Formats: sequence, structure tokens, C-alpha cells
Amino acid sequence: MRDFAKEYGLTHYYDQGEVGVEHALLPEKGIVVSGDIIIGADSHTCTYGALGAFSTGVGSTDVAAIMATGKVWLKVPETIKFVIRGNLQKWVYGKDIILNIIGKIGVDGALYKAMEFTGDTIENLDMSGRMTICNMAIEAGGKNGIIAPDKITEEYLKNRANRPYKFYTSDSDAKYSEIIEIDATKLEPQIAFPHLPSNTKNISQVKNVKIDQVVIGSCTNGRLEDLRIAAEVLKCKKINKSTRTLIIPATPYIYKQAMNEGLFDIFLDAGAIISPPTCGPCLGGHMGILAKGERALATTNRNFVGRMGHPESEVYLCNPAVAAASAIAGEITKPM
Amino acid sequence: MKFIGNAHQYGDNINTDEIIPARYLNIADEKELAKHTMEDIDINFLNKLKNGDIIVAGANFGCGSSREHAPLVIKISGVRCVIAETFARIFFRNAINIGLPIIELKGAKEKIKTGDKVEVDLEKGIIKNLSKNSEYKITHFPEFMQKLISAGGLMKYIDKKSTAYN
Repeated sequence: MRDFAKEYGLTHYYDQGEVGVEHALLPEKGIVVSGDIIIGADSHTCTYGALGAFSTGVGSTDVAAIMATGKVWLKVPETIKFVIRGNLQKWVYGKDIILNIIGKIGVDGALYKAMEFTGDTIENLDMSGRMTICNMAIEAGGKNGIIAPDKITEEYLKNRANRPYKFYTSDSDAKYSEIIEIDATKLEPQIAFPHLPSNTKNISQVKNVKIDQVVIGSCTNGRLEDLRIAAEVLKCKKINKSTRTLIIPATPYIYKQAMNEGLFDIFLDAGAIISPPTCGPCLGGHMGILAKGERALATTNRNFVGRMGHPESEVYLCNPAVAAASAIAGEITKPM
Repeated sequence: MKFIGNAHQYGDNINTDEIIPARYLNIADEKELAKHTMEDIDINFLNKLKNGDIIVAGANFGCGSSREHAPLVIKISGVRCVIAETFARIFFRNAINIGLPIIELKGAKEKIKTGDKVEVDLEKGIIKNLSKNSEYKITHFPEFMQKLISAGGLMKYIDKKSTAYN
């Protein structure tokens, strides 16, 4: 790939110490902006909908064809509108909103459709939380997730965007295939049990689930805000000796910033392992591959059979606060 | 295009990690990679499979990753086509793009069971379950997609410098 990038003079090739998780790196560097149509050869390309862009994943042949012709075949999707209202409780985040939605509509509940996230809960959510929500639109089968750009988007883009961007919002008379309303005030942290992201439970229903490994990272929850949440929980605490805990900042910038803010001291004193930026264990790539019978709790996005290693291992999904609290307890637990 | 094969039935939400686990994605040789087709859902899949057989599945077949390896290994392993209730969006595109015939059939799991002999006629849009003497109509793809399929996939289609793209 290095040779290929050199041969063709690719300007956006990130190698060695510049390597980061794509869906954290591209927005961070201002390469993807509001109003774009973004087609990427990764299913979590839908993350960028958080900026008010149409963004969707395809396979590599599709992307090769786009590079060759500048065109792509697409069908305009129908849209499901989610209206999410109310203040979130402490230790409840964007991750819980999207897991709750996937639990409600199922892993094909938005098949071929756009998922538009609206309501005051979304309006008050930071960019990191919005990205977490749009990131997992694919886990409901969605073509894309999208959030109307606003002041928070403007604030995020202003020192990052390296080209002009445009804010689009839905027409006031837009037609939706379905409108789903969610009261966020009562939402608890969500846990997705094996082996589907839709297999969700409220954390209050979860008892005695011992954990061998905790992973805090990925394109879903590996941003600075996620690491700060984990640090808030882990501060002056010790991780359970039987729970291997991996913390993976998603980009070199996040890595450096977390270090400068003192988060690494908290993580290391607690007994966590800090990894360089990588997708790593999320897809069973490397760093923390599960052995037969092992069970992981992860802030990642998929808990399919064998996703993180052995086909007889298990993955549970959650937000960064629950992941950190569970690392201390050695079993799935809510932060105090 | 008309063909006959034996059906192998699987459930709902068969995902790309089950079709081809990520731990094998560094294998560049298609045939080597295809030796792991469906490994995590059915370790005996390739032993049971005969060239020209058909996979039948429930809803949301191919959900998960955008890895094109998923339809590719199914095709390389000798599966003639996949019939499912619905397909996940990216798998659907990838299958069309690499030239693996896929067919959406309502009630697929009830209509075709493992071991049934199935005849598929893509031109006429008809599936016959020869073991049950039943016949089902299938919806034709839009014209543009039919061109993609008959060209043998997106790369071949673009090679032909079709007017739709240039």
C-alpha cells in the first residue's frame, strides 16, 4: 500500500505514526465536511452523517469504479425519522441511544433506509456522541445516519475543515416512511448481549456477567470524549486482576491529547493497557483476540459470532463509562 | 440463465463475520480464502456443498462489514446463487458488483428447505422447488442492474465503457 500510495502520489495516505482509525481520523482532519456525499469502502462510513453529510459504505469494487469514473449507482433511500427528547441521565450517552434504537427496530429495522436523528436530546449532544449514533446506523441495516448540522457542527468544523462546506436541513414537509419517538429521560445504559447488536438489555436487568476483557476504543467510541468518560470512572481505582483492559485512542491526536490531559496516568495507575491507534480487537484483527470461552465487554459496534476471536468467545457492547466500571468490578456493572 | 442446484438453508441475519471471518482476510488468493466460507456458522458447509448448489436464508443476509470477500468466497466456493428473504444493503451491492446472482424471495425459508432441488430461471424470473413441485415468481432487477449482472459485474460493465457511466 505504501508503494502504491507513493506511485500514484496519494495525498491522504496515513502511515506509521500518522495511522488512525479512519472514521475518527477523517473528520478530525477536516477531510469530510457537512454537505458532502461520501462513499467509503467500509461499512462504518455512515459515521460522517453526524456532520450533516450523506455518507455510506460500499465494497472495494464500488470504490474502484468511483475512482475510475467519478460516479456511483445509488437509490435515493426512504427515511425513518427518530425524534429523541429529554435530558440524558448521568452515565448515559449517544451509544445508549443508538443501542436502544437498534434493540427496538432490530438489525434490519432500517434496511436500505436513511436514519435521521432529531429532537432536543440530539441537539444538545456533542459531536462525539453524534458520531457514535450515526456510526451504528449500519447495525440497524441503515444506508446512512444523518443529523442536521447546527452550531455544534459549526464549532467542530471551523478549525478543521480544509474546504468550504454547506449546511442542508430536511424540508419542513419532508415525507418519512416512519417516525419513531423516544423519551430519553428514562433511558438506562444499554448492554447488547451476544450475538447481535439488537440483543439489548437495560443495565439494571444485567446480573453476574463476568468479563475477561474490556475494550475501550474503535470508530464508535475511541474519541477523546470517550477516553475522558473512562478516566472519570477509573480515577484512583484499580482494574480487576482477571479483566484485561485495553484502551485504544483512535488517532495520534487523541493519543497525544489524552496523554497531555493526564488520562494516561489514570489508565496506567488503574492497571489498563494503552494501545497505539488501531481497529485491532474490534474485528478480531490483533491486540486482544479472544480465546475459546472468553468474554469481552467492548465499546465497539458488533458482537457477532467470532467477531473478536474464537467462534466460541462472546462480545457484549456498551458505553465507555460502563466498560470502565465493569473493568473495575470484573463483571458488567453500572458506574457508581 | 437457468440452473438447478440443491438448497442449503440458513437462518436470519447471517453476517459477514460468519461468512468469512476477519482472521482470514489477509489471504489474497481467492481459492485459499474460499476454504473458510461460512466456517463460523457451519464448519461442515464446504463438505456438504456441491458445485452449483444454492444457499437459502432468512432476512438480512450478509449484514455487517463491507468486505467484498463475503459474496466472493460464496461464489468461488461453487455456490450458484443465494436466495433470501432480504439482503443487507452492502452485501447486496457487492454481490451484484462481483457477479454473484442473488434473489429476494418472500418466505424463502418456508418455501425452500435444505436438500430441496431448486431450479432458477433468471430470465423468466421463476424459481421452481422441484422437490415440492412448487413454483414462485421473482421480481426482476431494474434494467440498469440487469445490465450489470449480465456484464458479469461492475468491473466488466465499466470495461465495456457503457453509456450509463461515461
